[in-house]
Amino acid sequence: MILGNRIRVGMADARVSVAPSIITTLGLGSCVGVVLYDEQSKIAGMVHIMLPYSNEIAENSNGYKFADTGVKMLTDLLFKEGVSVKNLKAKIAGGAQMFKFNSNSDSMKIGNRNIEAVKLTLEELEIPLVSEDTGKDYGRTIEFDCETCKLLIKAVGKEPKII
Amino acid sequence: MEKFSKEEYIDILKEIGNIGAGNATTALSFMIDSRIDLSVPKAEVIDFNKLMDITGGAEQVVAGIYIDISRDIEGVMLFMVSCETARILVDSVMHNDPKDQVTNFMFNEIELSAFTEIGNIITGAYLSSISSLLGFTIIPSVPYMTIDMAGAILSVPAIEFSKKSDTAILIESEFKINNKKMDGYFVLIPTEESYYKIIEKLGVLMKP
Repeated sequence: MILGNRIRVGMADARVSVAPSIITTLGLGSCVGVVLYDEQSKIAGMVHIMLPYSNEIAENSNGYKFADTGVKMLTDLLFKEGVSVKNLKAKIAGGAQMFKFNSNSDSMKIGNRNIEAVKLTLEELEIPLVSEDTGKDYGRTIEFDCETCKLLIKAVGKEPKII
Repeated sequence: MEKFSKEEYIDILKEIGNIGAGNATTALSFMIDSRIDLSVPKAEVIDFNKLMDITGGAEQVVAGIYIDISRDIEGVMLFMVSCETARILVDSVMHNDPKDQVTNFMFNEIELSAFTEIGNIITGAYLSSISSLLGFTIIPSVPYMTIDMAGAILSVPAIEFSKKSDTAILIESEFKINNKKMDGYFVLIPTEESYYKIIEKLGVLMKP
């Protein structure tokens, strides 16, 4: 666990902390930021995933890169801090389509596929998804307050939103 | 591939940045009728997390043009400028009165389309110069444009390349137009295969 005021999560990475910390990831595009938190202990973790499924990709040594392995590995990190999966809840954001590609190829719709894969993994782990701000065509910076369990979402030219 | 030292590889890639961006800024300077200073290009193999920060932070709002390249060289080309720079570029090609627009970073549809076309011409100049230098055919896609956080824009190529490795080869050139306080970036990210093709071809040209 890392303690500090603001803990930044990079791409294909995860961090776990506890109140009063804020866990943040900047400039989420088609990637998805997944927050898992326990309201009782106020311990929370965030993973920044880039791709849906680890078995689709040859280079899969970093599990945090993928929705399926990333979310599971985050529950492991939280378990090490004494948080049981039963007590976890989830909030997610991101998965935008940054450019209006005309192409129908899968790689262009990666945002949607990331969101679907995260949701499916949460279902498998029986972690309830409390709220989300996903899809659309713009980038997001997200900040999770471990104390209040609120997720702040900032986007260019838009009012900040709390989910 | 052992023909070159690591420094020589980097020099070869920098030369690509120099030639491409040099040609592109010449096209740009004709368009806006101003002198443009090009900084020494950077070439490096970087981690995806650092890719997000190359243009002064993941949250920096930029106007970005994104082009997929294919055929002999595959990868991604990005042209990114600050919103202020995008505004000056658009005003100068559309003959807007700059006094009316100077703090206005909201672009209407025609202006967005004009900026996309500027990006198309500039990146076209970049790519055609390296294409003729290397004797490679490079086919650019139609340009895609957005105004958003640099990190969110850069996540698009980052995701694409993360399928193969955790690092990207980045060729970055920065330009400045001093009398107009404009600046911007050209970013070329070739796939690993294309990187070796470039090294091989340009390496031979540089080392007779």
